[in-house]
Amino acid sequence: MKMLGAEVVIECLKAEEVDIVFGYPGGAVLTLYDALFKTDFPHILTRHEQGAVHAADGYARATGKTGVCFATSGPGGTNLVTGIATAYMDSIPLVAITGQVGVSLIGKDSFQEADICGITTPITKHNYLVKKIQDLPGVMKEAFYIARTGRPGPVLIDISKDVFNDTLDFVYPETVCLRGYRSLFAGDSNQIDLVIESLEKAEKPVIFVGGGVNISGTSEEMRKVINLTGIPVIASLMGLGCIPSDAPEHLGMVGMHGTYAANMATMDCDLLMGIGVRFDDRVTSLVQNFAPKATIIHFDIDPAEVNKNVRADLKVIGDLRWSLPLLCEKIAERSLTKKQWAKAEWVDLVQEWKREKPLASSLPAGGIRPQTVIEKVSELTQGEAIIVTDVGQHQMWTAQSYNFNTQRSFLTSGGLGTMGYGLPAAIGAQITLPEKDVVLFTGDGSIMMNCQELATLADNGLPVKIIVMNNQVLGMVNQWQRMFYGKRYSHSSTKGCTDFVKLAEAMGVAGLRVTKSEELNIVLEKALKMEGPVLVDVLLPETEDVLPMVAPGGRLDQMVLRGIIG
Amino acid sequence: MKYILAVLVENRPGVLTHISGLISRRAFNIESIAAGPTEEVDTTRITIGVEVEDEFELEQVVNQLSKLVNVIKIANITYVDSIQRELALIKVRANKANRSDLVDVVEIFRAKIVDVNRETLVVELSGEESKIDALCEVLTDFGILEIVRTGRIAISRGPVPAKDM
Repeated sequence: MKMLGAEVVIECLKAEEVDIVFGYPGGAVLTLYDALFKTDFPHILTRHEQGAVHAADGYARATGKTGVCFATSGPGGTNLVTGIATAYMDSIPLVAITGQVGVSLIGKDSFQEADICGITTPITKHNYLVKKIQDLPGVMKEAFYIARTGRPGPVLIDISKDVFNDTLDFVYPETVCLRGYRSLFAGDSNQIDLVIESLEKAEKPVIFVGGGVNISGTSEEMRKVINLTGIPVIASLMGLGCIPSDAPEHLGMVGMHGTYAANMATMDCDLLMGIGVRFDDRVTSLVQNFAPKATIIHFDIDPAEVNKNVRADLKVIGDLRWSLPLLCEKIAERSLTKKQWAKAEWVDLVQEWKREKPLASSLPAGGIRPQTVIEKVSELTQGEAIIVTDVGQHQMWTAQSYNFNTQRSFLTSGGLGTMGYGLPAAIGAQITLPEKDVVLFTGDGSIMMNCQELATLADNGLPVKIIVMNNQVLGMVNQWQRMFYGKRYSHSSTKGCTDFVKLAEAMGVAGLRVTKSEELNIVLEKALKMEGPVLVDVLLPETEDVLPMVAPGGRLDQMVLRGIIG
Repeated sequence: MKYILAVLVENRPGVLTHISGLISRRAFNIESIAAGPTEEVDTTRITIGVEVEDEFELEQVVNQLSKLVNVIKIANITYVDSIQRELALIKVRANKANRSDLVDVVEIFRAKIVDVNRETLVVELSGEESKIDALCEVLTDFGILEIVRTGRIAISRGPVPAKDM
């Protein structure tokens, strides 16, 4: 059947079971948008292309499916760049489709032309420029296959305007043939036997859970390993949610803003088993000082991650959906007791660390503590909400204080640290999970970076609850200036005339404000019960730091534990 | 330490840029890079000389390159018994007085003179990198105007091609 290129794109999306697209129209994709109109394909119009790509990312993180976004050529494409890089750093399956100028205009600095393939080469798993309609079905098939298999990631397809208008007898290929692409699933099971041997010998083992567990949906297997062995667990920011925050074995997040127990356990353990982690510098600090006494075991799907930052003594390369069930099986075969896997002395020691140094606040009692805001939301949602954050102090407080229970329940930009990620990502998550509570914790700095998406939220009636942790400063910048730059607060104050409640209301979102601690519980309860979207502006003191903290380059056991506010 | 990688890639636009971009982006140093078609029409072979600290860093280069969708195969032929060649064209000052000396030098190196005029001549030489370096050094005395070198290519001895290594 003869079809326009634009219609071919829509048919391919249907074949890939895409149920919604986020995007923004423009000259080069008008034919594509006409096809969307004619087929009534679900589409969310964001107010900025960056909003579209983050929304597709939030959708993908919350569901495990591949997120899709559209943008026009030139500035449309370049506005996607931050979102594509965000998805790349956190291994999120995403297909971005951009329009390109007509074939005869390519390479001539034409109106709204940008070499988006060139621009996105370092931040995509792969990308394509389609200049002939005959290539379109094959490219679409390959793009979705690459995005979702192996280590997931973003793929960009740049399609010339001419291709949308050309016609083709559409046949969607059933298979892909990529000579150079190997999406590894099963690896070498002998390595797992060696892991078991090492675990049996270890006196002070620790399991380090990362984002790979969330992405591969292997939280259940991970919990099984913990339940069978009782080995203490630490998590990266991206690994939160895989193991319930209140599980006795869970010591919390590790790294720069990790808990005392997690960081001390890392420094003292004799075996550290990293599962789907990439040993980010925010976790390791100086790699030479990271887990200095430990045998390092690394489970990962991507061979390039092993030995990249931290050298592994044992590596298990393969999909966690292959390796973790096998690990469980082999652990169970040994029929050892928890005490034999995790020695009582070690467990007692880490539990002592956990009791001894809980998370600290530097604020005097009476004021609104940011941690209290998060704990209250955690209590009200019973840890069952999808929590989304922007980037900064509020992100770390959320990671430290929310009681996560389930995988894929914490959406945050871990690798790139993208301010402005939260609101559109929350939109993407809420659209696909309408029955869930979706709560966004953001800062007065972050919310402004994509606040135009309040309009998208309102227009689609999505009941996202936005908590603005408003301390009237760029909190993390301010904290670093306080701690490392002699309190020279260079351009980190946002004190101004912006009224977030009015801003929300102007865009069609209900606005509430909390100024005193007595109001906090009432307002939060009200906000969570209200129908539709709500923004709660919580006025916080500006001097609260995120603690504990390891100074850049410091060792994980050299933590600033208490406030140093002066 | 210097290593030689034989990289087989799909013959598509932009692949060489992807490879060189990835290597330099990850802060590895490319010593030389040479690309050309192979016995299979849809395959290009790229010979890359890289300088890295140790085997761990080399493992990173190989693993990162392997992630590129268009890369079919990477063979480390550093320790494989192989033939290595580079082609150079060198434009040297030459006049009546020193031309015969130059011809002698060219003959000693088994190079070829491929262009002559009243002021200059062009020498063509293929061989191992060190041989070309040596010729360049000697020709410096005559006055080199221009050098163009292809970068190293390498092929293993014996029946096993890189694609089967």
